[in-house]
Amino acid sequence: MFPRPIEQSSRAARISYQVMLPLALILWLLPLIGVAITSVKPASDLAAGNYFGLPSSLAFSNYAEVFTQSPIGQYIFNSFKVTIPTVIGTLVLSCLTGFALGIYRFRGNIWIFFMFVAGNFVPFQILMVPVRDMTVNLGLYNTTTGLVLFHVAFQTGFCTLFMGNFIRALPRELIEAARVEGVTEIRIFWYVVLPLMRPAIAALSVLIFTFIWNDYFWATVLTTSKETQPVTAGLYSLNGQWIAQWQLVSAGAIVAALPPVAMFFLMQRHFIAGLTLGAVK
Amino acid sequence: MRGAGMSGPARPVPLGNEPPEGIVSEQRRAARMSLANTETQRRTWWRENQQRLTPYIFLIPGVLFFLVYVIIPIFESFWLSGFDWDGLGEKQWIGFANYQELFDDDAFYTSLKNNVLWLVLYMFAVPAGLGIAIFLNQKVRLIRAYKSLFFFPFVISQVVVGLIFAWFYAPNFGLFYLLLEWATGSGIAVLADPDLVTYGIIAAGLWPQIAYCMILYLTGLNAVDPEQIEAARLDAAKGFKMLWYVILPQLRPATFMAVVVTVIGALRSFDLVSIMTDGGPFGSSRVLSFYMYEQALSEYGYRMGYGAAIAVILFLIMMVFISGFIWKMVDDERRGL
Repeated sequence: MFPRPIEQSSRAARISYQVMLPLALILWLLPLIGVAITSVKPASDLAAGNYFGLPSSLAFSNYAEVFTQSPIGQYIFNSFKVTIPTVIGTLVLSCLTGFALGIYRFRGNIWIFFMFVAGNFVPFQILMVPVRDMTVNLGLYNTTTGLVLFHVAFQTGFCTLFMGNFIRALPRELIEAARVEGVTEIRIFWYVVLPLMRPAIAALSVLIFTFIWNDYFWATVLTTSKETQPVTAGLYSLNGQWIAQWQLVSAGAIVAALPPVAMFFLMQRHFIAGLTLGAVK
Repeated sequence: MRGAGMSGPARPVPLGNEPPEGIVSEQRRAARMSLANTETQRRTWWRENQQRLTPYIFLIPGVLFFLVYVIIPIFESFWLSGFDWDGLGEKQWIGFANYQELFDDDAFYTSLKNNVLWLVLYMFAVPAGLGIAIFLNQKVRLIRAYKSLFFFPFVISQVVVGLIFAWFYAPNFGLFYLLLEWATGSGIAVLADPDLVTYGIIAAGLWPQIAYCMILYLTGLNAVDPEQIEAARLDAAKGFKMLWYVILPQLRPATFMAVVVTVIGALRSFDLVSIMTDGGPFGSSRVLSFYMYEQALSEYGYRMGYGAAIAVILFLIMMVFISGFIWKMVDDERRGL
């Protein structure tokens, strides 16, 4: 283990490490802590110049106000309407592509894989004008469906890379044995491979959920009204309306951040497994 | 070679030679015999070829989607960059005029310069992530919770990160402003200062990026071979030497990933610029991705062709990096197979 385990060091080193940990954490999360405190400050505190320091009373009413005075509830609902279908669509497509690329050797396999990987890295801006134009022509501009279709297509790139690698690592003998038994390929996919892919599916669903929930660029490009905009784009316009009302901006920001944060803490292991794919050989 | 080719051992046994499998299959065969001749042929053909055809059938939906929404638009953007187009009316072919205009455009150079700044300074996330990972790679009580909380900034949206840092920097009451005032006597409104604004935004971007690199390195450190470390310790290697000669070589996959995601993150920097400054003050915090959006879709008028030209430049910059990354990945893939 590197560095040398702290238990093997002197008592003084151990104690100072235990003291440094929380201090470093507070320092690291200082901006976030500041915003969290601001979000429960009564407006009067801010007016009186109590910007930094504890709130005079806990004003959870800021949160209530955010929900009653702004369409943030609608924005959050829109975010779910974009995120959940995208997760499902991407998983379906990438299970199929991952299976095809991970199990079979055929001409062009590596090039198709390469296409998915490369496409995954391109800057969004090179896609913006054509994708927006296409979405307009399909009559899907300013709808959550338009946003979902694009996200599904784009995320399929990353997910195929992930699924392909995962399936490749499965024991080949299972598939060979099934084939000798005369099981059809489609049944092999459904009854042999798919059940083994559960960990990959779990990891990808949390990752894609977070990515799509946090997407801002496509939300601003493909949607414009509060009936369709996800919460990231919504926060941008609310930020414009709430000039200098930092208690509301802070509360809104925290509300918008909650779903992916909850997802992360509930499914931490899968999340990190997905994110660090390739970090270990 | 993984026996999935036509001549591989796993090829399904042709119908005629099917070994007796018991009553059920006996019945099935009888049923099959009674079917129309063509039907039988089709089934046989499918049975014989399914291993060759299945991958293509499985690939069709995903590849189609990806081509339509990702691959083809890349080429379309190249093509559109030769037009003068407002997104609605007639397109007018103007050849390379957009690029000519671009190379005389001060705002383009500002954006390009800022992109370079982003790329260079963002790289700080890699060593910083490694540093925090080493700091946290212990087995003390609650360490798992600490690791998750350190990772926290990556989970929240860049829009929220932008708002948090806008508040952090806010003149007269932001935490950073107050700390600076307390330490030096006068605060600085970072986001209103054309010379500092980009640095301020990059610092905000580094926050989640360091967290990302940290988690990559934590995973990497977990997999470092303990025997090599013990052997090196017996040779009295420690501290920085140990890190440089023993640990880092083993962390190469993590470092590669960290560099890839950091370069891509730096070139994709759109959200923070849009949220924190909208490119201002006086356009001094623009980056190419933001300038492109501004030209193509802003209240200044829709200049799709010009926007596409900016996107092409950004794409070409990214291509330099991507081709390097892909080259390494394909190389690994080939050797791994």
